[in-house]
Amino acid sequence: MSGANPYKVSIGLETHVQLKTRSKIWCACPNTFGSDPNTDVCPICLGYPGSMPVLNAEAVKLTVMAGLLLGCRINHYSKFDRKSYFYPDMPKNYQISQYDQPLCTGGSVPIEVDGKPKVIRIHRIHLEEDVAKNNHFETASGVDFNRAGTPLMEIVSEPDIASADEAFAFLQALKQMLVYGGITDGNLEQGNIRCDINCSVRPDTQTTLGTKTEIKNMNTFKGVHRSLTYEIKRQIEVCEQGGKIMQETRRWDDARGVTTAMRSKEYAHDYRYFPEPDLMPVVLDDAQIDEWRTALPEMPQARRTRFITDFGLPAYDADVLVADKPIADFFEATLAAGASPKAASNWVMTELLRMLGEQEWSVSEARITPTMLADILRLLDEGKINNPAAKTIFSVCFTEGGDPRAIMEARGLAQVSDEGALDRWVQAAITANPKSVADYQAGKKAALQFLMGQVMRASQGKANPPKVMQALKAQLDG
Amino acid sequence: MDVRDVAHLARMHITAEEATLFQSQLEHILDHVRDLGELDLDGVEPTAHAVAVQNVFRVDEARPGLPHAQVMANAPQARNGLFMVPRILE
Repeated sequence: MSGANPYKVSIGLETHVQLKTRSKIWCACPNTFGSDPNTDVCPICLGYPGSMPVLNAEAVKLTVMAGLLLGCRINHYSKFDRKSYFYPDMPKNYQISQYDQPLCTGGSVPIEVDGKPKVIRIHRIHLEEDVAKNNHFETASGVDFNRAGTPLMEIVSEPDIASADEAFAFLQALKQMLVYGGITDGNLEQGNIRCDINCSVRPDTQTTLGTKTEIKNMNTFKGVHRSLTYEIKRQIEVCEQGGKIMQETRRWDDARGVTTAMRSKEYAHDYRYFPEPDLMPVVLDDAQIDEWRTALPEMPQARRTRFITDFGLPAYDADVLVADKPIADFFEATLAAGASPKAASNWVMTELLRMLGEQEWSVSEARITPTMLADILRLLDEGKINNPAAKTIFSVCFTEGGDPRAIMEARGLAQVSDEGALDRWVQAAITANPKSVADYQAGKKAALQFLMGQVMRASQGKANPPKVMQALKAQLDG
Repeated sequence: MDVRDVAHLARMHITAEEATLFQSQLEHILDHVRDLGELDLDGVEPTAHAVAVQNVFRVDEARPGLPHAQVMANAPQARNGLFMVPRILE
């Protein structure tokens, strides 16, 4: 952007994160995705009168661990409240959430945009229940309660985010930390992370925040970026034309790429929060908090440093590998299976990431295991296969799995180092290409590469290249 | 406190006569609660619960939900396993 921007942008995000527990927050129904509608439900998550919630201990632990990862203050006393509203996704007409005494307060997420580091402060993290999913049809709506009662952590940021790029970087960094921490699966397609955006602009000279608008229920990071790019421009244009920003909720229309005002409320929400009588307060002592602190897994930054110092990887490799925890785990498991760090890193960064990208698969969907990759690298290292054969075996393992050595044998991919066979191919190439032989002997080194290519072709790629080179030179220079 | 606002929050329809009647009845109740404000509560910690119980947890173990037919038994309308409701506008 050229010149000084006369407007300051302030964005705050409320990020909802589904926790990785086995069961729901108040009942033992499975916390899973993709079951048939209304099959993982019971009177508690259906909101039947008289049913009693009991807090899932793991949900508290994961929320506190998330708080520790983000450097929050963990509150020793925390309680739950009812937030009243009427909507078919919540038949008991209130959502159990935390109002004035959340589990975690403060904290921050470090981000980097265009090489510039910045810290986005966190206001608070509280624990609540997710609600049912509505499906909208032509004349009616259908409600599926499988999602209702999924433990949901809401991370509220301070309005420190100053651009769409920063919002994107914040969500990426947050997701990476939480997935590393084992707090959430972080699967956006399954709605594991969703956010509400608060956005305002103000003239550079004004100190107080401008009137904000809220964009609800965004479920992709790209959508957050696009909607903010639009909304910031829209708000600045309204200001430029002397207009007034209305405090309102706007909906992001992804197909049209615009935000539109939602039907304005008759009056502001009155959630009438009050303490949830059916749930007792959560009281945590320092010993418990410290126990969870020591159980925190390694964070991406620490892992990156370890990859560089312990394995001697270039910083670039370390960055690529740690970006995605399952990839970094795959890489380390390959080393544990006996591979050398640089070779494993090269294959993970090129072949594995390329094929995952082509298939749009996660590592767990690919059939190749770290042991298979380590075996392929061992075959390469021992000179049993050459590079193209290794790639073929890798590709087979990737889609079908299997033992690399068996695949090598079944497909005849073993490298030929046997001198009798090599000599026959070399001899044939020399006989068939007298001109190249003459060129080489006249000092044209490139002719040797051509002859080499002929031998490789005759061997269907199986000849051991250094041995071919040796044999050719022996024949021609001899 | 306007009883008609309260009725709206609870999505209840009340007649003008009911509004007058409930307004005076609710005023009485609120007056009674206001009496609590007369008590000397200096040094008394506010609490959300009357019993001193905390940390009531459930171990994170999953069990199958109810059989689907039982889940849908009370649904006025169902289709494709979903509870059907009037079309939800924003």
